[in-house]
Amino acid sequence: MGQITLEKVTKSFGEVEVIPPLDLTIEDGEFTVFVGPSGCGKSTLLRLIAGLEDITSGTIRIDGADATNIPPAKRGLAMVFQSYALYPHMSVRKNIAFPMRMAGIDKAEQDRRIEQAAAALNLTDYLDRRPGQLSGGQRQRVAIGRAIVREPSAFLFDEPLSNLDAALRVGMRLEISELHKRLATTMIYVTHDQVEAMTMADKIVVLRAGNIEQVGSPLDLYHAPQNIFVAGFIGSPKMNLIEGAEAKKHNAHTIGIRPEHIDVTEGSGTWTGTVGVAEHLGSDTFFHIHQTGLAESLTVRAPGEVNLRHGDTIHLTPREDQIHRFNAEGLRIP
Amino acid sequence: MATKHSRSAARLMMAPAVILLLGWMLVPLTMTLYFSFKRYLPMRGGDQGWVGFENYVRFVTSTAFWPSVQATLIIVGSVLVITVAFGVLLALLLDQPMWGQGIVRILVIAPFFVMPTVSALVWKNMFMDPVNGLFAHLWKFFGAAPIEWLSQASLTSIVIIVSWQWLPFATLILLTAIQSLDSEQLEAAEMDGAPPLSRFGFIILPHLARAITIVVLIQTIFLLAIFAEIFVTTQGSFGTRTLTYLIYQRVLESQNVGLGSAGGIYAVILANIVAIFLMRIVGKNLDA
Ligand SMILES: Nc1ncnc2c1ncn2[C@@H]1O[C@H](COP(=O)(O)OP(=O)(O)OP(=O)(O)O)[C@@H](O)[C@H]1O
Ligand SMILES: [Mg+2]
Repeated sequence: MGQITLEKVTKSFGEVEVIPPLDLTIEDGEFTVFVGPSGCGKSTLLRLIAGLEDITSGTIRIDGADATNIPPAKRGLAMVFQSYALYPHMSVRKNIAFPMRMAGIDKAEQDRRIEQAAAALNLTDYLDRRPGQLSGGQRQRVAIGRAIVREPSAFLFDEPLSNLDAALRVGMRLEISELHKRLATTMIYVTHDQVEAMTMADKIVVLRAGNIEQVGSPLDLYHAPQNIFVAGFIGSPKMNLIEGAEAKKHNAHTIGIRPEHIDVTEGSGTWTGTVGVAEHLGSDTFFHIHQTGLAESLTVRAPGEVNLRHGDTIHLTPREDQIHRFNAEGLRIP
Repeated sequence: MATKHSRSAARLMMAPAVILLLGWMLVPLTMTLYFSFKRYLPMRGGDQGWVGFENYVRFVTSTAFWPSVQATLIIVGSVLVITVAFGVLLALLLDQPMWGQGIVRILVIAPFFVMPTVSALVWKNMFMDPVNGLFAHLWKFFGAAPIEWLSQASLTSIVIIVSWQWLPFATLILLTAIQSLDSEQLEAAEMDGAPPLSRFGFIILPHLARAITIVVLIQTIFLLAIFAEIFVTTQGSFGTRTLTYLIYQRVLESQNVGLGSAGGIYAVILANIVAIFLMRIVGKNLDA
């Protein structure tokens, strides 16, 4: 079990209110990702749930029971820190055993769970090493191992992959996703990388300055962003936002169109511009286009290789059904 | 530092420092060795020629020798235990955010700036005096007979005075070590269900191991040579005659330079035994 409910939770550091009143429910077994720009309060929110920070007002419920004043150890949650926070003077085995030792689990059971976790995380050969003798990815796995053996009702991850290189990050992303499928335990995962958010989440919570901007599945957020902030934040490269006369034509203050929903057309198109930088990825080509008269720069994705170079004129046609419309307050017009 | 030229230039530039340090160390040591094999009584006939190992034999066979070694080790050991234990506690306290932190820290460090002679005199006259000392008043307030600290509890008194002087040093080193502990480790331990005492035992103390080692090693070097505190308080009586003090008495009070020098060599040997012993026990904390 691991349903977590936040009711009107607020957090202030002195005078500064970091989390304004916030309501959120995380269902049992769900993989929830908190995403948002740096400093928006993701870590703070996670630490409130963990109990490492006291909430200023409001209620936190775990499985329906009020957990607001329960100390972190008793909440049955396990946390994986960005710095891994392994105990440097203990071997990997002792690190993983530590929470069980504190809980007074007997030795045989401890060993059984360590073997099981080590096998699942490919750590069997490293059990007698110190954390200092491991690579970043291995340390990350030890930290996850230490969390798993407690058999928590929910896992909390605070940017666990941000210290790893790009290739390893993709690998660990898959491993954590697989772990979630296997354990079916609630996981809350903090990141500012929207690719991680899109690929791993069942539910994404987009935060800005402590406010929840939108909650929904990755595809909900992609197809129906509730406001300009979410529209700009989810999706890579970013959605093109166009104001002014072109938006007026659609009865909106601002319209948004994703780079993959604009087609490059030969000869003529709705819009015309000049190619600035062309990024050739092989599978796709991204064009940054200037002098369209719409916005300073438009980004367009063309599948495959398109033979246009810097300074060439390009004709573009947006797919009308994929245009998002926003009003003057930045909210979505349905 | 790769080429031959740069290496010889480096040697040349290092030479003055090396020569100075060597001279600093070697000249007194050689002179001590030289005098230890002589019968040399400055006021009673001066240099009276070589005597072989006679001084060494006399020094160890004197009834004062073993008690002095014992007193030295008791003082050094007790002060180490007290300063490390209280140093850890104080460092933990000073690490907590509190009002007036800066001033409190300076106050805690202050005793280190008081000269040993002065602090020993202050303790002797203001605290431990059996008639007017603060301790005497405290004892009287509770209706007890005042203790004559420096005669009845002489070793304890010396240990208290020296610990007071060295506590700031230990606290300072341990405080910087505690401040370098990653707070996420403590939070992880808290999430892992470790109560405060376990967090201290499993996380903080191992983290401090290296700093404690440094405190122990450095303090031992200085504590083996404490002198002023004994000189101004008990003058070596009531069982507070350490090896250093015994050597002082042999050289200056009995005017026997040869005998004192032999004692000096014993002190060097004792210091080395203690050092090897310590390195064995705690030195492994310094690797890696
Ligand atoms: N202990 C604290 N005291 C005062 N302010 C704090 C404290 N911790 C965090 N804050 C403030 O709260 C805000 C949110 O911080 P938080 O660490 O939750 O951001 P974040 O979303 O995790 O950012 P990042 O992606 O950079 O990790 C920041 O503006 C930060 O300055
Ligand atoms: Mg953070």
